[in-house]
Amino acid sequence: MASYTFTTPLTSEDTKQLVAGDTVLLNGTIYTARDAAHKRLVDLIEAGEELPFDLEGSIIYFVGPTPPKPGDPIGSAGPTTSYRMDSFSPTMLKNGSKGMIGKGKRDQGVKDACVEYDGIYFGATGGAGALLGKQITSAEVIAYPELGPEAIRKITVKEFPVTVINDTKGNDLYQMGRAQYEVKD
Amino acid sequence: MREVAFDDVVKAVRDIILHCGTDLPQDTYDALVTAMETEASPVSKEVIRQILENADIAKDEKRPLCQDTGLAVFFVNIGDEVKINGGLLRDAINQGTEQGYTDAYLRASTCEPFSRANLKDTVGYNLPAIIHFDIVAGDKIDIEYAAKGGGSENVSRAKVFPPAAGKDGIVEYVKEVISDAGGNPCPPITIGVGIGGTFEKACISSKHALFRDIGSHNEDPEMDELEQRILVEINKLGIGAMGMGGTKTALAVHIESNPCHIASLPVSVNVQCHSSRHTHITI
Repeated sequence: MASYTFTTPLTSEDTKQLVAGDTVLLNGTIYTARDAAHKRLVDLIEAGEELPFDLEGSIIYFVGPTPPKPGDPIGSAGPTTSYRMDSFSPTMLKNGSKGMIGKGKRDQGVKDACVEYDGIYFGATGGAGALLGKQITSAEVIAYPELGPEAIRKITVKEFPVTVINDTKGNDLYQMGRAQYEVKD
Repeated sequence: MREVAFDDVVKAVRDIILHCGTDLPQDTYDALVTAMETEASPVSKEVIRQILENADIAKDEKRPLCQDTGLAVFFVNIGDEVKINGGLLRDAINQGTEQGYTDAYLRASTCEPFSRANLKDTVGYNLPAIIHFDIVAGDKIDIEYAAKGGGSENVSRAKVFPPAAGKDGIVEYVKEVISDAGGNPCPPITIGVGIGGTFEKACISSKHALFRDIGSHNEDPEMDELEQRILVEINKLGIGAMGMGGTKTALAVHIESNPCHIASLPVSVNVQCHSSRHTHITI
């Protein structure tokens, strides 16, 4: 397991180096989107319309933060469970996005799309919202403010800690880790 | 008849929500420290270290522990010699919930089931709270509170077994539920198991079981033994912290058992994430 530091946007050259279990510190711009925002983005892609941000090399963070306290850019901001985005993520990867940050397992369609389009599924520590929120230095709602916590935010992260769950070779850290520690009677 | 002011209940509820949003209860913190020390996987150990660091940051800087600040769930025992002056107890708890979630900058996670609208004027600010009332003897109001997140609630399940399923059937069912859940409910988890009663009684019992302090023992030695048996089996699954592989998938299993119909054995499994925000006050 290796450790890397990357600045967004990511390229295929970046993502192909990564193997499930590697840890990465991310710097730069990331976009937040959850269920409702994904639905709208994929609808726009399918209709051939312009998106509120450039997908090329982008990383999407599955998060619905708490409201910021006065003076803070954002509140607590840990990952939400990713499987709810499974039906949308392959379209995002196909159209240039290079990675996602969430928690919990993905379906085969997402894993296959990671292989086909050089995408990475990163895991961040669920429930560590205070810690992760502190690694976000700026946040701005750029689309769908009516969705509240589910609005799309453009955020800047500094040394944001993530672990590679699904890599570009089809590996899955959840399966590998569990197989290693499962005790069969 | 003892009289309690409506506003005093509002303030007490607001205060526990503020506290629970940022301060991980000591029982949970201690259990996570033990889990970190005994976890065999270095990856899971690091995850638990981050969880504990998060708890320290949240407490010191008064930041929400998790962005999923949950639905507010209450179990309320009201003494038969108490009267609320100035309004209904349910309204006081809801007002306290709204004030607590607002003042602590907690996320409004309540929405309409189909439109998914999250608007103050339709569903209120994280309202309504989920409140389970009971009437008991005495002149006190006992309020148990927990913030219940969505990730762990989504993997919870219930089933009515035939009586012959017995303890072995329950152990296998809990294993199946937790195995399917993997890392989604944010392990290391606490598992509430409601047994017996009717379908809904088992579900409510499994929820209430999560309010018990981690590390405490079941008063019923038979259930205590069953809790330990299930815990050992769950930790053999290898799921580990956040599903990354490891030996500490669950911190505790808590059972609440009730008498049931001669034809049925209802079982409910309710899961709580590692951020087990819960507390108890008496007014």
